[in-house]
Amino acid sequence: MKPELPLHLEFNIEGGNFTRAGFASSEIKKVLKQLDVDMAIIKRTVVASYEAEVNVVAHAYSGTMYVDIDGQTIRIALVDEGPGIPDIEAAMREGFSTASVSVREMGFGAGMGLPNIKKNADQLDLSSEVGKGTQVVITLGLGLK
Amino acid sequence: MEKKITVADVAAALDLKVLSGEKGLDRMVTGGYVSDLLSDVMGHADAGQLWMTLQTHKNVMAIASLKDLAAILLVNGNQPEEDTARQSDLEGIPILGSSLEAFEITGKVYEHLKKNAIIQR
Amino acid sequence: MKIRQIAEILDARVLCGSDKMDYSIEVAFASDLMSDVLTLKNDHVLLITGLANTQTIRTAEMSDIQCVVFARNKIVTEDMLELARQNEIVVLQCRYSLFRTCGLLYGAGVKPVF
Repeated sequence: MKPELPLHLEFNIEGGNFTRAGFASSEIKKVLKQLDVDMAIIKRTVVASYEAEVNVVAHAYSGTMYVDIDGQTIRIALVDEGPGIPDIEAAMREGFSTASVSVREMGFGAGMGLPNIKKNADQLDLSSEVGKGTQVVITLGLGLK
Repeated sequence: MEKKITVADVAAALDLKVLSGEKGLDRMVTGGYVSDLLSDVMGHADAGQLWMTLQTHKNVMAIASLKDLAAILLVNGNQPEEDTARQSDLEGIPILGSSLEAFEITGKVYEHLKKNAIIQR
Repeated sequence: MKIRQIAEILDARVLCGSDKMDYSIEVAFASDLMSDVLTLKNDHVLLITGLANTQTIRTAEMSDIQCVVFARNKIVTEDMLELARQNEIVVLQCRYSLFRTCGLLYGAGVKPVF
């Protein structure tokens, strides 16, 4: 059965909890499958949202993911409370990373996350306030008729 | 008779770029190790192995030096960071480079070492 | 190549997905960095890794990877297997190093991505 549109979902993301990272993106994947979205678009969407989710887990204290799906697009907003990003331009550069050794040993933190999100999203909006938190908004067209 | 093969031999045979640490090209290669997790290499790699990874930061040199690895082979076109290359020159542990992904270049290194009877099967 | 043949070459244990041994794998990718795996565009990829945690399985889920090989007898937890089952991912575990695992599969004709 198809979920009714427009659809709004919210997920809490716990900073530091790598066991649960990916839960929200997994739920997004299920919904997009139910909506018969093209597999390639689903993959781009969930890769972007998953990297963003991992970023919150790796860097922030806590965060919320707001997902809005209408007939045309999916908008995924991740709002976190955390240290923020002092230099967004640097953070967008491939290979740039401030991740801890333990995050690197978890298989992330090689400075590929934000570039990966940018490559997969139709649009990425990033704003941050040092000492307060970061807001990442990912938008993709769903290609639905 | 035990066969011997150097970092230079592997680099020449597989068309690898020498990115730094040229003076260590005569180091002996006794096997290979693949990992992007530094703690894993720290715990399990053996002296004389050629280490394939995509990690480029300075810590890889510290580990290569501590474990007395033959050389580092950066996969997928990765380049060593500046201080990583400097450390490689200083210690005489070469950093090689390949444009291929880890799976493919590892396959080729494995075949080459097998052909030269450095590893069995 | 079928997953069954891959398991035989690696003398691997099938930890879950034993009903999917006839699935075909086109290419293999070896990495311990999940962001690296998440850049792949290919379908039907075999992931060979030494990183064993729930994020390995999550990454396979997001990337539509059907089979994961954990090298060097990495410990795979019940949580990881449960997640793999939910997403119909085959999990293999072998005792060989990542180096040998890649070497054996490459030698057997498994192709790289791209």
